[in-house]
This record gives sequence, C-alpha cells and structure tokens, in this order.
Amino acid sequence: MSIRERLSGNEATAYAMKQINPDVVAAFPITPSTEIPQYFSTYVANGQVDTEFVAVESEHSAMSACIGAEAAGARAMTATSANGLEYMWEMVQIASSSRLPIVMGLVNRAISGPLNIHCDHTDAMSVRDAGWIMLFSENNQEAYDNMLMAHRIAEHKDVMLPLMVCQDGFITSHAIEAIQLEEDEKVKAFVGEYHPEHYLLDRDNPIAVGPMDLQPYLTEHKKQQAVAMANAKQVILDVAKEFEDMTGRHYEFFERYQMDDAEFVIVCMNSTAGTVKTVVDELREQGIKAGLLKIRVFRPFPGEEIADALRNAKAVAVLDKVPLVSNVGGPLYEDITSSMFNRGVHVNTINYTYGVGGRDVTADQIKSVYHDLQYTTDMSVPYRFLGLKEGK
Amino acid sequence: MDINKDSTWEELTPGGTIYEAGNAREFKTGDWRSMTPVWIPEKCKQCGLCYPVCPDDAIPVGKDLCRGEFNYEYCKGCGICAKACPFKAIEMREEGK
Repeated sequence: MSIRERLSGNEATAYAMKQINPDVVAAFPITPSTEIPQYFSTYVANGQVDTEFVAVESEHSAMSACIGAEAAGARAMTATSANGLEYMWEMVQIASSSRLPIVMGLVNRAISGPLNIHCDHTDAMSVRDAGWIMLFSENNQEAYDNMLMAHRIAEHKDVMLPLMVCQDGFITSHAIEAIQLEEDEKVKAFVGEYHPEHYLLDRDNPIAVGPMDLQPYLTEHKKQQAVAMANAKQVILDVAKEFEDMTGRHYEFFERYQMDDAEFVIVCMNSTAGTVKTVVDELREQGIKAGLLKIRVFRPFPGEEIADALRNAKAVAVLDKVPLVSNVGGPLYEDITSSMFNRGVHVNTINYTYGVGGRDVTADQIKSVYHDLQYTTDMSVPYRFLGLKEGK
Repeated sequence: MDINKDSTWEELTPGGTIYEAGNAREFKTGDWRSMTPVWIPEKCKQCGLCYPVCPDDAIPVGKDLCRGEFNYEYCKGCGICAKACPFKAIEMREEGK
C-alpha cells in the first residue's frame, strides 16, 4: 500500500534518497536545493541510512567527491541549484564522459546576475549538452517518482550515464503538497543494488579511470556517449513500465494532456504544466481544442516522438523558462523545431520566454498564449516575451 | 586489451577506462622535449643528486645505486637535473642540434 503524505519537493527528494540509501552523498548548500542535503544529513545523523555524508567545501568538490566515489564502485548522489551547478560544471562533464551513473537532484533556479535566487531553467539548460540524462518534474510526486526510477536508468549496462532530476525551485521545492510514497522494502527491491563491472576498489582487477584521450580516441568515446544516450530511451520506457506495475503511476517521454484532437498546443516543462492544464480544461469547456505536451525526458531528447505528437496541431507555442539573449529561440524551442523540420512536420510554432527569475506565471498569461495561437497569422517574429512590462 | 589508434568506437572501452595498472609507461612523453639533457660520464661522480629531482622517471638507477644513460622516451627536457648537478656533468642542448 502506498502511503499518503504531504511533503515539499525537497522533502520528497530527500525521502527518495533515504529509501535509495546510497553509499555516498556529497553536497554543498545552495538555495533552493539546500534542504535536500539538510534533510538527508538528518537521516544520516539518526542512523536511518548507511550513507557516508561528505560535507564538502564547494560544489566543484561535491561533484568531484561523487566522481571519486562512483569510480571506486559506490553509488553516489548530490543536489544543487543554479550557481552551484555552474561551479561544478567542469566536473559535470567529467562525470558523464567517465560514464559514472551519479544521480543528482537539480532544483531549478535562475543564474545570477543580477542576483536572483528564484526559479527558471537557465541552470539546467547550461548543462543540456553535458551528457547527462535529464528528467523534469511537474510537482513533488514526479520529483519523487523520477528519483526512484533514476538509478535503474542511469546504471543500466547499456546506458551508464549520470542523471539529474529537475524540479522548479520554490514553486515545487518548497510548496507542500499531497504525495503518495512507496514502502521502503518495495523501493529497495525496485532500485536494487549497484554492482559495477569495473571499479577502482577491485584490487584484483586494477583499472585507470579518466586517462589521457588524445586525437585518435576522443571522437570515438563521444560516439559511445551518444549511443548510450540513445540507448537510454528504451531503458527509460522499460523502467517506467515496471514502475507503473508497482505504483500505478504512468510515465513516458512526455505527458499528452488533451492531445488527441488538439489544434492549439503548448509545450512546456515542470510546474508551469499545472497552470496550463487548468487553462486547457477551461478552454475545452468553451469548445476550444487546446492541448498540452509536457516534457518529462529532455535528455535524451525524444525529438521524433515530439514531432509526431505535434503533427496534427494547427499552431504550437513552446514555452522556454529561460531568458532569450541569443537572437535565436530558446533551447526547448530550437530542439523541437529542428526535430519537426527533420521529421517533415510543418506547423507554425512560436516561442515564448517566460517566468524568468521566478516571475509568476498566471492563468491569464497562458490564456493569452492560446489566444495568440488561434489568431496569430504573422509568424515573422517567432520569439516573444510573456509577461514583459513594456512601454510603447 | 589491444587498443590502438585505428580502434573503432565499438572496440574502445567505455569512458576510456584502462583495465590494467601501471599503464603510464605506455604513454611516451619524451617527444614533448625541446631541450635535451646530455650526460657526460667522465665528469659524473655518481653523487646521486640528479635522479631524485627528476619529475618523471627518466634517469635509470642500477642496483649499485649508480645512474645510467637517460631514458629519453620519458624525459621532457625540463633541465632540473642539469641545475642540480654540482659537477656540470649534465649539459642542456637544443633538441635536434
């Protein structure tokens, strides 16, 4: 029997980590992810986990400690946000290129400056090509569920890549909502133990990790990473199926909300999807065929599946919760439109930058997007702001 | 494990992990050298001051604790041994001259 509880997204993540009971957690506090290692260190102090908790002096060290632990053969986890992720950025790349399946909770936050500690997805997007599997979570339940599935995906022999579970800072991380938790024994059996084939502490079979990799080799090692990332797609679906058998909760690459006959579609990630669903329900009552495609799996990017899901729409809006400062579209928009192009899907698609630095996203703003989708004919400016204060 | 410059991506180990110990000797770094130390045995007193300061392992030492000819496969020509030698028994010369 699942357990009914009420937890914040951070609590849910820490609770999942307690149930996973990893060998090593190395973390440094940064808003809004601070509570994850804080709650977890309480579990350590209370003897509720067997984990070695390493209170490092920086995020660079947090990821370095995770890399060392994982290379040694341990299961290592961490959590961070924004500038903390930027500080570990160098090691984030090394984790994936050394094929170490570290699992990290990323509580999404704007990257300073000017200084801002609130939610947007700039931090996640700065590592979108770093070779990590990236799962996004609409609410505390999804943050918990994604974390329970994380190791099964990351540690799969055809994958062996690190994985981050993203959730919206404060909006999800600090809001307390109802949640269904699974029982400890069930989680333990589902997650299983980690037995890597090669590891540094295997004294009978010594190895060298992360050696020099010059011109004759790096291209081929990157190809291996690309193949592993592609392999992750099937593993993600297989693990989701098994998870559904245990919990009854269904997961795919993305959630289709009222998509069967949708003419006007919003694509977004994380907590905004909740607001969009409310608006979709309202518009459906008025007979407007609105739909939502909520991305769960951002890396590996399920481009073909997304393009096919959007094929019959009349117009699509992609919401990027990042500032657009590149004179081109946001990362989600660019990935989706290039996938559509490659797949021969020609649907007018516009891009909004919204919710930057924790700016509130209202139902009225989402309605205005659906309004634009119904009545916009001028596609010459596909890049737009949502909720921008602007003079004439 | 037979990995060489023509190995395909299917043949390489994941992440480049090497499944054996002591493999640094496979990586011959001597070709980084632009200055070459030249040992002059007639001036050498076998005092033993040069080989402990070598940052690599390019000065072989026998069981009699006497040094021998440089191992140029690993010597990067840093010149620390020449600086340490009290007897001018090591001269630095430009590579290729």
